[in-house]
Amino acid sequence: MTTSTHPQIDHLDLLESHAMFIIREVVAECERPVLLFSGGKDSAVLLHIAVKAFAPQKLPFPVMHVDTGHNFPEVIAYRDERVATLALRLEVASVQQAIDEGRVPDPGPLGMRNRLQTNALLHGISKHKFDAAFGGARRDEDKARAKERVLSFRNAFGEWDPKNQRPELWQLYQGKVNNGENLRAFPLSDWTELDIWNYIRRENVPLPSIYFAHERPVLQRDNMWLAVGEFVHPEPGEVVERHLVRFRTVGDASCTGAVRSSADTLDAIIAEVSTTNLSERGATRADDRFSETAMEDRKREGYF
Amino acid sequence: MSEPTSDLLRFATVGSVDDGKSTLIGRLLVDTRQLFDDQLEAVATASAKRGVGDLDLSFVTDGLRAEREQGITIDVAYRYAATPTRKFVIADCPGHVQYTRNMATGASTAEVALVVLDANEGLKEQTRRHLCIAALLGVRVVIVAANKMDLTQWDESVYTKVVDQVNDVAQRLGFTDTTVIPVSALKGDNVVERSYVATWYQGPTVLEALESAPAGSWASSASGARLPIQWVLRQNGGGRTYAGMVNGGEFTVGQQVTLMPQGITTTLKAINGPRGALDVALPGLSVDFDLADDTDAGRGDLLATAPLPTATREFEATICWFSDKPVMAGTRLRLKHTTRSTPVMVRSIAGQLDVGNLTVADVTELKMNDIGLVNLMTAEPIVVDDYRDNRVTGSFILIDEVTNATVAAGMIGHANFI
Repeated sequence: MTTSTHPQIDHLDLLESHAMFIIREVVAECERPVLLFSGGKDSAVLLHIAVKAFAPQKLPFPVMHVDTGHNFPEVIAYRDERVATLALRLEVASVQQAIDEGRVPDPGPLGMRNRLQTNALLHGISKHKFDAAFGGARRDEDKARAKERVLSFRNAFGEWDPKNQRPELWQLYQGKVNNGENLRAFPLSDWTELDIWNYIRRENVPLPSIYFAHERPVLQRDNMWLAVGEFVHPEPGEVVERHLVRFRTVGDASCTGAVRSSADTLDAIIAEVSTTNLSERGATRADDRFSETAMEDRKREGYF
Repeated sequence: MSEPTSDLLRFATVGSVDDGKSTLIGRLLVDTRQLFDDQLEAVATASAKRGVGDLDLSFVTDGLRAEREQGITIDVAYRYAATPTRKFVIADCPGHVQYTRNMATGASTAEVALVVLDANEGLKEQTRRHLCIAALLGVRVVIVAANKMDLTQWDESVYTKVVDQVNDVAQRLGFTDTTVIPVSALKGDNVVERSYVATWYQGPTVLEALESAPAGSWASSASGARLPIQWVLRQNGGGRTYAGMVNGGEFTVGQQVTLMPQGITTTLKAINGPRGALDVALPGLSVDFDLADDTDAGRGDLLATAPLPTATREFEATICWFSDKPVMAGTRLRLKHTTRSTPVMVRSIAGQLDVGNLTVADVTELKMNDIGLVNLMTAEPIVVDDYRDNRVTGSFILIDEVTNATVAAGMIGHANFI
């Protein structure tokens, strides 16, 4: 086969096309889809591909930010810029509102809020009657995610039943749900962290600035570097230091760790990710460290 | 046809429960250094907590609480690995008969089956069932790990017996490429590292076999090019394009294409790919097509080049039945085929496949995990190829109309060995 008349398609092209296919299937089969947009790199890639899947039409569904209230200001600025540039409809499912309305207990001003996201997410889904929610989760992130279908069925309580998942054969994605039930759709299931970064470089996908190395005050807690700021204050014995860091994931500001890094370009980040000894969540997420099955337990309750 | 996936191999583990599939995958991932330090540490911690030794390799993929408690795999785990030669997408499937539907899920997208069996016990009925399902799904290349050879003191005659059994079945099921490797997943012999004990074995290790296995069988097909229409895109300034993912072959601008089931022929005026206009659309690419003539094309219709598929409402198919409620003549269901869904009625059960001797018996119903031949009638026509010619236009699923559960995997036509 000559390459002159047949442009090569590579691994990234196939991943991108497969994701476009999944997004179109869900939009065709479901009544009210929504895309969960955290401002993190995976949801940035997902949004980029979703826009491609329906171009030149406008994105035929809104995006929803599950907002813990503990945000990095850079991420909120990025979110709002994306929403304005792409003329998206933004819904915010707020953890603070869930606390104010008494739907979840108040963990205190500095308490960890990741687990409370589930309530805000399910509340947002039922309030807007969404029957499908796109997420940027990847199977290489966690051992429970490695077990989940591309279209993950959730019952009327939003729960995942890992012992009784729908068979998902070939590329026949089946999106039928009854009233009140919903689907989580993960078009990036088969992508690895490195695929995401290579795609971001190829496509020039915009990202929040905190993914790139920058100097900021940090402190060490639970073997992680946390950014000192509105939601993280030094406790007795903790020392605030200034370091060159970047974030490998974007999550709740009170429990997402930074990594020491001088990678301030996409090339440097890709070189770093290619040689790291720690997994993305292992290096940066306190919320996954509580138990052996932290992610599975949260998913069972209705988490992403 | 070009095979863009040759640097990538998708494989699934198949075989009976407790023969060591997950342990073998754990061994493969650990010995090729695919695990991060914190992941390895978590496996060690979990092993210690459950008192199963220093490192229970099955915990690498058996990530669910219930799986670790029961020591079995319940659902498929997908893992991604890369060696200097190749990228791998691994589907580690459950062996237990109760979870056959999950094994079929994992194997439906695999190009190669990595069969794991206990060499001491040979080919069990469940292993034969899995081999049969893999063959039906179109897998032609199998790598067989004759596991637990350490328990035989590496007795070559045990291995030879397995080779004979496997070759017999492989020939009948139509596998084109079969490699049997004596291994100990637990000790690591012949998985990534060559065994020092099995001096009589000169063949490849499991990793070597995976690195050299022919890939791309998924994309290859004997049909023409196909584009099941997913969505109609309105273009700025008027006009429509038809979006979908190409399979079966390639489309070229200027080519005659046929809209099915309408049977209207038109010219492919332009192709838009994810990165802009294209002259050629290759299989696996999501595109949208601009056609020369106005048509009433919509979701569920299909654009095709010769040899054309068949538009039909009645056809014979092979199904794997997944529901605990049996299926029989007269059962009403929904069918999803490519991008079209339609009501379907089972007209008759033509027979049930005996996975042991590959004969077909007369039955009146199919029960959970049975494989059978059925005659179906749909409300709307669907546009099909034989599954052996095209895995996309030849496959369908059946859906329970009340619960929306997926109750069967279906393939148009039947395999040569039936």
